Amino acid sequence: MVFTIIIEQIMKRSVITVLESSTIKEAMQLLELHQIRHIPIVNEQKQLVGIVSDSDIRDASPSIFHFTDHLDDFSKPISSIMKKHVITAHPLDFVEEVSTLFYEHHIGCLPILEGDHLVGIVTETDMLHTLVELMGAHQPSSHIEVKVENITGKLSDIAAIFKDLKVNITSVLVYPHLDPAFKVLVFRVQTIDPRKVVKVIEEKGYDVIWPSEPGML
Amino acid sequence: MMKKDAVFIFSNEQLSYRFNEKHPFNHLRLQLTYDLLKSGNVLSDELILPPRIATDEEISLIHDQAYIEAVQLAGHGKLSEGIAANYGLGTDDTPIFKQMHEASALLVGGTLTAVDEVMEGRANHALHLGGGLHHGFRGKASGFCIYNDSSIAIEYMKRKYGVRVLYVDTDAHHGDGVQWAFYDDPDVCTLSIHETGRYLFPGTGQVHEKGAGKGYGFSINVPVDAFTEDDSFLEVYETSFREVIEFFKPDVILTQNGADAHHFDPLTHLCSTFKTFKRIPKLAHKLAHQYCNGRWIAVGGGGYDIWRVVPRAWSSIWLTMTNQTALIDQPIPSDWLTKWKEHAESELPTLWDDGKIVPQIPRKPEITEKNKKTLEKALFHIRNEKKK
Repeated sequence: MVFTIIIEQIMKRSVITVLESSTIKEAMQLLELHQIRHIPIVNEQKQLVGIVSDSDIRDASPSIFHFTDHLDDFSKPISSIMKKHVITAHPLDFVEEVSTLFYEHHIGCLPILEGDHLVGIVTETDMLHTLVELMGAHQPSSHIEVKVENITGKLSDIAAIFKDLKVNITSVLVYPHLDPAFKVLVFRVQTIDPRKVVKVIEEKGYDVIWPSEPGML
Repeated sequence: MMKKDAVFIFSNEQLSYRFNEKHPFNHLRLQLTYDLLKSGNVLSDELILPPRIATDEEISLIHDQAYIEAVQLAGHGKLSEGIAANYGLGTDDTPIFKQMHEASALLVGGTLTAVDEVMEGRANHALHLGGGLHHGFRGKASGFCIYNDSSIAIEYMKRKYGVRVLYVDTDAHHGDGVQWAFYDDPDVCTLSIHETGRYLFPGTGQVHEKGAGKGYGFSINVPVDAFTEDDSFLEVYETSFREVIEFFKPDVILTQNGADAHHFDPLTHLCSTFKTFKRIPKLAHKLAHQYCNGRWIAVGGGGYDIWRVVPRAWSSIWLTMTNQTALIDQPIPSDWLTKWKEHAESELPTLWDDGKIVPQIPRKPEITEKNKKTLEKALFHIRNEKKK
């Protein structure tokens, strides 16, 4: 699998859209048909003018107790309920930066614009999938966690041990430790037998976090 | 000719699958098991068949042609280090060794020999302990495995005999290679019970991995916690095997019998004893007769305490297949102990049963409870289907 870092590499290019003049009913049918939760609204020039989610439509729908009331509301233009201030991103944006947009703005999808032109879309699911790949969790590997002091050079020191023993690292994460004076380095390494590398790391005085031995819990 | 209960596939040449002197994957295990059975007078010569060599065509039922060629070149010292690395060869796990293709093809061939004996009705069961190399991928060696004999055998059975296969893997490591080979195939069901991938290789085999597309629901994973003991492991194994076979109704069962879930195994963190290895084949045997007209092929797998664990664990499969489990109540044959004690790196066991070897595990109730929950999640879709 290719290492993905910019949005262009993970965005979906064929985007389902509706014109701003379409009815709410038409938008509902598209959401249902394509099993999607968000639909960007465009004008005749294919410029993005808004976005509607399934929950916006739910808000506009009558309660199930009165579901036959105001049916004509569904013939109103979709522009009457769409969100106009859309958070968007550019194809060349970095995945890491964009992932924080989802988190900060509590959004479920992100239209990708080049100029005014809608060129793609990225959803929460796409983001999560990419992060899983970045973590290397999809490749056969053993998992080694090392508790280190939160000072310069520790990652490099430990990485040098893997290098010396020719153990290929598939991914590295740096986790915060409960005690801010420490960090936890999480390595996924391409071996079924990490005994030797763990032994060397421990001999150098580091704390390897491991399934604790019986009695040590 | 009368149909045999079981055949034993083995030849000394299979010991040629040896990466180097210090490598933990050591097929001396095959010799030790064979000797133990011979010493116990429970393995007669007419039941022993030599493995055949799998053809390139058979290996390519699963593996990419380019990968097979790379393995062939590597075994003759003609593959550059850089290209080898792309195929997972030349690493500490799967170092390059002389004639590695030939040695690996003999392990694949052994499993195919076992398959043909069973599928052509000459034996009810067949045991090939040289196989079970479940980490081999289509185009990559991984976790001590070059060619994935089990995946090849399953595809071979599908094509040659048109059967639906249930694969049951009790190795302490997830059976990833076999799972991914048939992840979208509704005619092959894989059940893997293993130590959670939280720390242990290969990291996959989570309970939510259930298959894809038409194969959804036909990959079942029960990852158990580190330090799981006999009773909880067996509860998970027996419940899942029974419910999965009732759900899938296979024509034939292939079991992978890695012996590394044992407490003594140096690579894993599970706490099984011989009790588990006595019961694993017992249920497979029973269900094979109940659902598959006896058709059961068993292969080996992991197992890195080759002196104290593997010979007993693997012998237990043969004793079960041939209804000779009474031997387990006797002491370990003294011939065997005499022959091997000088070579052994640890003291050889004198009894089959381990007795109390596992220290008190303080979190035992939590581990048992957690495994039970995981089992429920793993079988959820099957139980749901049953209610309909």
